Formats: sequence, structure tokens, C-alpha cells
Amino acid sequence: MTTAKMPLGKGLNAGLRAAMEADEKVLIMGEDVGQLGGVFRITDGLQKDFGESRVIDAPLSENGILGTAIGMTFRGYRPVLEIQFDGFVYPAYDQIVSQVARFHFRSKGTVKMPIVIRIPFGGGIGAVEHHSESPEAQFALTAGLKVVTCSNANDAYWMIQQAIASDDPVVFMEPKRRYWDQGEVDLLSDPFPLHASRVVRDGSDATLIAYGPMVKTCLESADAAAEEGINLEVIDLRTLSPLDLDPVFESVRKTGHAIVIHEAAQTLGLGAEISARITEKCFYNLEAPVIRVTGYDLPYPPSRIEEEFLPGLDRILDAVDRSLAF
Amino acid sequence: MTASMPDTYVADDPAGDFPLVQLLTPEGQRVNHAEFAYEGDDDSIRELYRDLFLMRRIDFEAHALQRHGEIGLWAPAQGQEAAQIGSGRALRPQDFAFPTYREHGVALCRGVDPALLLGLFRGVELGGWDPAEHGFALYSIVIGAQTLHATGYAMGLTLDDAVGHNDPERDAAVIAYFGDGATSQGSVNEAFDWAAVFNAPVVFFCQNNQYAISAGTDRQTRGPIAQRAGGFGFRGIRVDGNDVLACHAVTTAAMQKARDGEGPTLIEAYTYRMGAHTTSDDPTRYRDSAEVETWKLKDPIERVKRYLQVQGTPQEFFDTLEAEAEELGKHLRAACKALPEPDLAALFDSVFVDGTPELAEQKAAYIAFRDSLETEGSPA
Repeated sequence: MTTAKMPLGKGLNAGLRAAMEADEKVLIMGEDVGQLGGVFRITDGLQKDFGESRVIDAPLSENGILGTAIGMTFRGYRPVLEIQFDGFVYPAYDQIVSQVARFHFRSKGTVKMPIVIRIPFGGGIGAVEHHSESPEAQFALTAGLKVVTCSNANDAYWMIQQAIASDDPVVFMEPKRRYWDQGEVDLLSDPFPLHASRVVRDGSDATLIAYGPMVKTCLESADAAAEEGINLEVIDLRTLSPLDLDPVFESVRKTGHAIVIHEAAQTLGLGAEISARITEKCFYNLEAPVIRVTGYDLPYPPSRIEEEFLPGLDRILDAVDRSLAF
Repeated sequence: MTASMPDTYVADDPAGDFPLVQLLTPEGQRVNHAEFAYEGDDDSIRELYRDLFLMRRIDFEAHALQRHGEIGLWAPAQGQEAAQIGSGRALRPQDFAFPTYREHGVALCRGVDPALLLGLFRGVELGGWDPAEHGFALYSIVIGAQTLHATGYAMGLTLDDAVGHNDPERDAAVIAYFGDGATSQGSVNEAFDWAAVFNAPVVFFCQNNQYAISAGTDRQTRGPIAQRAGGFGFRGIRVDGNDVLACHAVTTAAMQKARDGEGPTLIEAYTYRMGAHTTSDDPTRYRDSAEVETWKLKDPIERVKRYLQVQGTPQEFFDTLEAEAEELGKHLRAACKALPEPDLAALFDSVFVDGTPELAEQKAAYIAFRDSLETEGSPA
């Protein structure tokens, strides 16, 4: 077994490199992805090694990045697009929702859209406005898009390669505040499937369901709860569209308590859909209503108070207490 | 206006002063142009005439099919035949065209069975043909979106080293179709910018038919559309969009320039939408008949007929063509009704290449529900 310790962002960088080495049709395009290596350095060194024709510094035009990438797929390319920040994806929303998501369907399968749209998302880094959004539900609810997110360096390395290998368009949400978190990457092992959720901590008293940046927060919450003798199971969803909730149902049937955690606002967030499905599949096993711990239904607040807005350890443990006391 | 205004400012009227390339007058007279010439002989002009004539018949038949309730909607292209056939016949097999939803004549040039164009409008299809087979993308309904796809395709041609070899079999280019209304869209202006920045082998072919549904071109722009290319760093040419020879000559030159690796061109084909925006539209609410009458005198087909008649084309040619058009009409009427009905159950399989458990579950539930109705006997 060959493993390497690296931060999550470096896992993405290594995964991108591996994908580009494996398939010469893989291109990277985005703002400042070339010489600079991206504002988060996720594409660091790739233009130097693969050239300007495969790592393309785009004009400052997100709609243009998506629109031209579509044309490139007609030539057999597999563009991997970097949207610099979550809040800047909206100019490209039309091309993503009305074009990328529909070509395969409109053409009855004649046209494939193997495009990966990388979006650093979520808050917690003290950023200015439009740099801390969580728009994943807006893509997950769009028929024709697949949406995934990673929570650790190993998944970052493998999932980005799997997303690039997918013949379907994949919105790849990157937990930007975890870019610097170190983890072990297994460079040789068979990867876990892209569209599969995973239990990342076994427990018996209640189930925490999270993805992306909140997985670490949930694991920390579970550690804290363990000190009080409460044994929490934590599930990393990994795939947001399609959802893979069988591990969730299995867990909830065991614990009877489900808490869904995400940074995105509560109303019509992923938590609403997950809660509905748990109710459909685990109705008689539930000992309390499914509880959601999420961002509030506000535009993202000024960063000085973002820790109050974001789900944290205290709010998660409070929800656990409420569920267990129900 | 202050004295500091730049003196390069040309015109503040979309119909304003911008040179117009014309090679065949509305009266059917060939005229010379300093830069552009139609290179073909009279036989090739007869072929263009055939295309123009058949394109109008497609439009006529589709319109009738809509009035008979066989299709729900049609986007007529009458008046724009020269722009579409002239440009469409300037393409090579290896070129690629990205159309709007009105490029029925270009589809004809690309070998798409015109009956397949009806599927979208009959509500049985969202596409209808294989883009790769014809070098002709699916109709695009979101205004201007396809210009970026065209630009990306052109960037792909450059990456594939398919330009600039002086090889007519290998070098390729792209043509993006759009209208005057689309020039107000961000996508179109972004496409201009990207094409210029990447020196992409793409020709932007704007059919300025004077209207975006009801809004005249002066609601989209202050200056001539062709003038806009200069601001992006490439050349804009205005051509008489009702002159098939000029449209062919200018598009041929622009496509060759693109294939040679010399970057994009904007062509503004100055034309007129003789009919409604779609069959749901009522143009009498926003334009007067005198304007329409003026444009009737510039008909793109009539002028070619006049020219060919003066050149001694036998009546038999026109009669044969009329018979061919009749056959095409029959084909369209029959093929329209024969277009297969869509099956909702099948659609679950075409959302993704690799389907999802969620879709499989919903498909199974839909089929079970549908079957249960059939078992019970659905109400009449």
C-alpha cells in the first residue's frame, strides 16, 4: 500500500494531474488557473507540465467558460472547469441548467456532456461577500446534473478523477475551508464508488448526516458527545445527486434518530429532501422527527459573525439532545 | 455630443451608414464588388435557386401543418432564404453549424431531412437529428446560447490542429447563427470576446431580420450590428441578406479565413422576416404593411429567378423544380404525421449516460401506475 500525507487541496491537484496523464482529452479551464495555479492553487503546476492548450486561462466570464466548454465536448474533449468562487457561478447558471444538463436528454443520448464544474463552496474562511455560498441544492435539484462533494484528502484525490471519467456532467463542490486539512491519500487502492455515501464513524445513539465541510464538524461533535457517553454515527453523503441514502436508512433504523447538517440555508436545502426520504423509508423506526441543523434563511452574513451563522459543534450537540429527549 | 467624442464613431442608427455587399440587385442584375465575387457559374446559381425554392416550400408546408393542428408552432423563415442558403452552401462537410430554431434552410444544406425539423414543433422531440452526422447542432431556443458553443467548438478545432494547413479536406471552421435580438445577450458578446481572444475559427452569422418578436433592431442596438465586431478586434461585414450570391461569397471568404487560422468574422446579413416571429405571433400589432410591401420588392428568390430567366434558363427547369417541391410537400405532410410519439418511460433512460437509482425507481413507479390504469381500464 502506497499512501501519502497531503492537504485536501493537494489531493485535488494530484487527482487532476493523474486524470490529465490518463486521458489527453482532459482539459482544465478557468480564471487564473494557469501560471497562478488558481486562487487556491488547486491547479498549481499543471500548466507548466501540460501546456497552455490543456490548462487554459479563461477570460473573466463564467458564462463563457461553461458555454465554450460545451462546444469543446462536441470535439471529444473533457473539460474540467474551475469556477473561482461559489458566488460567481450564477452568470453561468443558464449554460449549466439549460444547456449542460439537457444535451444528453434532448439528443436522446447522442450528445454526451463529460464536463466537470469545480466549485469551491461554503464559508468559514472570513471572506468578503459572494465568497462563502453553498448553492449545491440549486444544482442537485436540476435534472441532468450529478453533484458530489468530498470531505477529505483521499476522497478529493479519487473523486475528482472519477468525476472526470464520468460521461455525465458533474458539479464538484469543494469544501474550501478544508483545503488545508491534512489527510492520508491511498494512491493505489481501488477507490470507493463516486456515487456512494459512507459511514465515517460508527455509533448507536443517533445518526449525523453531513457532507463536504460539515463532515469534520460532525466528527468533532461526535468526539465531544462521546465524552458524555453519547455514541453518534456519522455519515458522509459524498454524493448529493443522485443521493445514496441506503447507508442512512440502515443507520437510522438502528439509531432511531436522524440529524441532517449543512451550511446551506434550511428552506428547500438538501436536508429537506433527505428528511422526507428518511420519513418515507424509516417511518416506524424513527423515535423523533428528523432535525435539520443548517445555515439560516439569510443571505450569507458579514464574515465576523459567520461562526454564529454556520452549524457548529454546539448547535449540533443541542440538536442531538433535542432528538434524544423527544 | 461634446467635442471629446471620438471621431471613429460611425453611426447611431442600426440601419445606418455601413457598407453593404451586394452582388445581385433586387431586379436580378449582377453587380461587381471591389472585394467579393460569386465564383460559381449559372448551373451553380440554379442549384442555389433550387435550395431557395425548396426552403420556402418547407416553410409553406410547415405553416400549413400548424394551421391544420399537426404541429403546435412554427418559426417561419420566409424572407431569409438567401441568408441561410447562401451561408449554408458556403460550408464544407467538415465544418460545423450551430443554429437557432429558425435555420430550416441551413438544415437543408446540411442534409437534415426537413421532416425532422418538425419534431420539435410537433411536441414529439427535443432534438431530432444527430449533430455529429450532419455537422449541424440541435436547434437552440435560448437566445444566443449557441454562439458560445460554436466558439468552444472552434477552440477545439484549433486544439485539434484542424486549421491553417491550406488543406481543403482537413481545415475546418464553425458558423454560429443568431439574430439581431441575440446581439443584446451576454452570451453573444462573450462569444465575440472569446473568439477574438483565442483567434477561434468561427464565423458569426447574424441574420438581422429587423425584429426580435415585436422589438425592432433599434431596441437592441444604437449602431449597425456589423460595426460591433471592430470593438472586439475582428472584422464585421454587412451583406445584403436577400442576395444569395453575396451571402455565399462573403460567407465563403469568412469561412476560408477562419479555416486558414486567421480568426473570426462577424457577418450581418441585412434581411427581413416577412412572416410572423412564430405562428403564435401577430406582426400587424407592431409593424405596418407598407414596410412589408417595401421588402417584398427585395424578395431573395424572385431576383434569382429574374436573373436565371434573362440568362435563358429553360422553363422546364422551373417546372421540374415545382414538381420536386410538390413531392417535398407530400413527404413533409406524411412524415409529420408519422413522427413517432414520445414515450415517457423511455425518457427516464436518456437523462444520463449512467442512470441513477432514483430515476430507475421513478421509472418503475410510473410504469406500474400506467399499467395499473390499463388493467383497470382508463376512463374515456
